[in-house]
Amino acid sequence: MPDLIQFRDVSYVVNGRALLGPVSLSVREGERLVLLGKSGAGKTTALRLINALLLPSAGEVSVSGRSTRDWDPVRLRRRIGYVIQEIGLFPHMSVERNVGLVPRLERWPAQQVRERVADLLQLVGLAPGEFARRLPHQLSGGQRQRVGVARALAADPPMLLCDEPFGAVDPLARQELQAEFRSLTERLGKTVVFVTHDVREAVALASRIALLDQGRLVFAGTVDQFNATGDARVTALRDLL
Amino acid sequence: MSFFEYLALNRAEVLSSTLEHVWLVAVSSGLAIAIGVPAGILLTRRPRLRAPILGFANVVQTIPSLALFGFLIPLPFIGGIGARTAIVALVLYGLLPLIRNTYTGITSVDPAVREAAHGMGMTDAQVLWLVELRLAAPVILAGVRIAVVLGVGIGTIAAAIGGGGLGEFIFRGVAMVNSAVILAGAVPAALLALIADGGLHLLERRLDWRR
Repeated sequence: MPDLIQFRDVSYVVNGRALLGPVSLSVREGERLVLLGKSGAGKTTALRLINALLLPSAGEVSVSGRSTRDWDPVRLRRRIGYVIQEIGLFPHMSVERNVGLVPRLERWPAQQVRERVADLLQLVGLAPGEFARRLPHQLSGGQRQRVGVARALAADPPMLLCDEPFGAVDPLARQELQAEFRSLTERLGKTVVFVTHDVREAVALASRIALLDQGRLVFAGTVDQFNATGDARVTALRDLL
Repeated sequence: MSFFEYLALNRAEVLSSTLEHVWLVAVSSGLAIAIGVPAGILLTRRPRLRAPILGFANVVQTIPSLALFGFLIPLPFIGGIGARTAIVALVLYGLLPLIRNTYTGITSVDPAVREAAHGMGMTDAQVLWLVELRLAAPVILAGVRIAVVLGVGIGTIAAAIGGGGLGEFIFRGVAMVNSAVILAGAVPAALLALIADGGLHLLERRLDWRR
């Protein structure tokens, strides 16, 4: 499988302080890479470098073989689903309009948008008849997360970036969401980069784990390698998280 | 002569002055919106302009209205005697609530919503139109309401510099020491302010996405 996302000696510096890097890392097509680390480890920075919400201070991030500096940021972002912890559902738009937003921006015909929204709501376990017309504040936390995932999948992007999307959900609903999210993205063959500070969540979701600490990559490997590693720094962080 | 007798005898003149007043306020509010809302948007994009522009609008607000009308008379192009000068003054008074409310409305949009909008691949213009202005609409409209009600009141001073409107009766009545004449200007002005306030309040509630 070719590399879909590649970090080459990437660092991101603000006011002389390195929030990230230098880091080199690649994400292969179809894999679920979990970026794991404490808060402030640089996970969110790394994620936002992928969809060009940030540009690297040094080095290069490339997506589908092209540097994020050379991408038109709007075109790049429409190919990438994005889910953040606070979800950022548009409070003035119904569930239907939220989920159908990118397809509408991409000028899909209205009928096709409607069908797509209904399919997606079904896919994330929300009955379209019941939920399509609700406003975000009329949903529970878990339902909002589901809508957030549906919205990110709407224009069928090849990759998803997720920044602790299940962070604010109660533990029970969280496990359910994790399991569903894993099987859903696996079934759809999406490439996923998922940020979390929760080791159990990382192990539940990942096909590969990248551990960040103070802006540096301290480990990258499969879940089995992560569980079996004897590296003192990794095990110390693993027990901490 | 009582207020009602005076009103009955002069209803044609009161009506035409009322229409003149509505026109003054409508034109000046329209211009204030056309300048104030874009200026407020600009402040959210260029934070360094915030202090000077809001400062200017604040200072204008503190100038007593009769004094401001007076200051404008000698100015070329915008000044002179008549409705044009009155409109310039009313626009200046309307700017502060519009700039400030537009700025506040947009900056109080949840940052997560803005990040999601950019992250989903909206262009800057789409973020502004589909998200920021839409969410800020009730706050901006509250600013419009303040500006319009303020304009109806301050508009009565326009008569002092030949701007016409309901102030004609008020100034005339003061000179004649006749409260019936003053009321013939003041009561319609108060009604106008109430109607504008109520109508805009309804619109504001309709635009509120929380409904």
